[in-house]
Amino acid sequence: MTGALAAVTAAAPPWAAWGGAFGHPFFQHALLAGTAIAAAAGLTGYFLVLRAQVFVGDALSHVAFTGALAALAFGADLRIGLYAAAVAVALLLGGMGTRGRADDVAIGSVFSWILGLGVFFLTLYTTSRSAGNGSAGVSVLFGSIFGLSSAQALTAALVGLGICATLAAVARPLLFASLDEAVAAARGVPVRLLGFGFLALAGVCAAEATQAVGSLLILGLLAAPAGAAHRLTGRPLPALALSGALAVAEMWTGLAVSYAVPRMPPSFSILAAATAVYAATYLPTLRRRPAV
Amino acid sequence: MTTPARTPGAVPRQDTGTDPARSAAPVVSLRGASVRIGGRTLWSDVGLDVGAGQFVAILGPNGVGKSTLLKVLLGVLPPASGEVRVLGTAPGRAGQRVGYLPQRRSFDPSLRMRGLDIVRLGWDGDRWGLPLPWSAGRRDAGRRIAEVVELVGASGYAHRPIGRLSGGEQQRLLIAQALVRRPELLLLDEPLDSLDLPNQAAVAALVGRICREEGVTVMMVAHDVNPILSRLDRVVYLAEGGAVTGPPERVITAETLSRLYGTPIEVLRTSDGRLVVVGQPEAPARHTDRHTAGGRP
Ligand SMILES: Nc1ncnc2c1ncn2[C@@H]1O[C@H](COP(=O)(O)OP(=O)(O)O)[C@@H](O)[C@H]1O
Ligand SMILES: [Mg+2]
Repeated sequence: MTGALAAVTAAAPPWAAWGGAFGHPFFQHALLAGTAIAAAAGLTGYFLVLRAQVFVGDALSHVAFTGALAALAFGADLRIGLYAAAVAVALLLGGMGTRGRADDVAIGSVFSWILGLGVFFLTLYTTSRSAGNGSAGVSVLFGSIFGLSSAQALTAALVGLGICATLAAVARPLLFASLDEAVAAARGVPVRLLGFGFLALAGVCAAEATQAVGSLLILGLLAAPAGAAHRLTGRPLPALALSGALAVAEMWTGLAVSYAVPRMPPSFSILAAATAVYAATYLPTLRRRPAV
Repeated sequence: MTTPARTPGAVPRQDTGTDPARSAAPVVSLRGASVRIGGRTLWSDVGLDVGAGQFVAILGPNGVGKSTLLKVLLGVLPPASGEVRVLGTAPGRAGQRVGYLPQRRSFDPSLRMRGLDIVRLGWDGDRWGLPLPWSAGRRDAGRRIAEVVELVGASGYAHRPIGRLSGGEQQRLLIAQALVRRPELLLLDEPLDSLDLPNQAAVAALVGRICREEGVTVMMVAHDVNPILSRLDRVVYLAEGGAVTGPPERVITAETLSRLYGTPIEVLRTSDGRLVVVGQPEAPARHTDRHTAGGRP
């Protein structure tokens, strides 16, 4: 895994160029927002994988797209649409699935419909506000982390930090409720409330991550580091921390690569790093296989 | 397992002459309790006293509401009427003083979490915040978890991923999870279900030993009473209209069960002391009982 990381960073230019990167406000903002978003996505993703709710992340990414474009179509702030839509749908999914666990059929039927709605709002926006930003759809889909203002970066950092702090506070009861619902409930853990609360938090996380990597790529940031952490260790709290750390390392790698190679969009670099790490966790299995 | 199984038909250790449940304050007591699920009354007018240190089996046909009785005792489901007390307080208020093993749990084979991690959930899974890595509590946790894993005889495999263990091994670790906070009352829902015969005998012996040596009151829902028959102080036979309680040899008889269910029932005793109940009614038209499994779907 470290090998893969090294291989990716090796593509970056000599260290001399680095002083320059930190001097650019756009890079500082990207680093600040990116770190917080990655940590939040890594921790949220760990629980999504554990609870077999990765598809919630997928559904939320579609919803985030639709919410953002609906807000634009009605002339509101894009972020209001992002948050409102992602959190509302997360809670809806929780309500549809039994006992606060969204199930696959519920998610599947909701999210294809919502993506269609997003396309409708995109059409509405681009046709009614011809003077407006024509690339809004692309930006929401693929992210614009190098285009964040300092206020946006600060908001992202605070939201990311809030998600991390909340997840750390509920980590053990949420773990208990995810693995052993009946016993956790018997011991007084508010299983239902935690299930809803966690999905709402995943909604906030997806909305925030949309601004960094775009709605289409959220799933990668939520699933890849968490999947790798689940494969690397079975111990729950270390795996949770590892998932957050991997996400942050992959974010940094992606940002560095995209700074060094401007033709590579940051969303692509970040997810390339995430996918490389996840794929690398399979290497030991491959090497072992011929012996079996 | 090392504990030798007691010979079937041995005399129950308590419950001779005076009923200990009447002398000391009962660990569990129900008075005229009834429970409704989805507008249907499962059972009603159930009265029961369980004394400290007793080993009690909860018996009855599928779907009669045995698991539901445990949920009422846990405070997860409120009774529709009647009074229920557990360890001198309302159900659900005794917290860690009650250990619980739900029915038919098994873990996804791909789950990499170790048996020790699952036991640990029982220790501090209900605590908010994160543990400090250098605190004294952490050492206590490690010591107690090792002790309880040793008690159930799972030391040899507790560090392996739980999903890869056999049903009997998982069951022992789950019993360890239920025991780790030193509960006074252990509620076990069909812990012998889906185990092969040697494992049934071993887990039954383990539970009997925990009850006897650790002084834990055990209430175990069982589909087949025979593996635990020799260790029981009393049985609770559950039916729609109520329940009968008492020592097994008085309750598991043709007259008592026929009266309880209002239909002729025969109880046969085999030469090795096993009881076979014939003609026991299944609860009214339902498919198999639906349980919300804990663990992962
Ligand atoms: N959450 C629930 N919702 C609806 N019905 C339930 C629920 N839990 C149990 N039941 C029903 O209550 C009845 C008794 O269930 P249970 O207590 O599990 O029976 P037993 O353990 O004796 O087999 C069954 O008919 C079951 O279908
Ligand atoms: Mg049951």
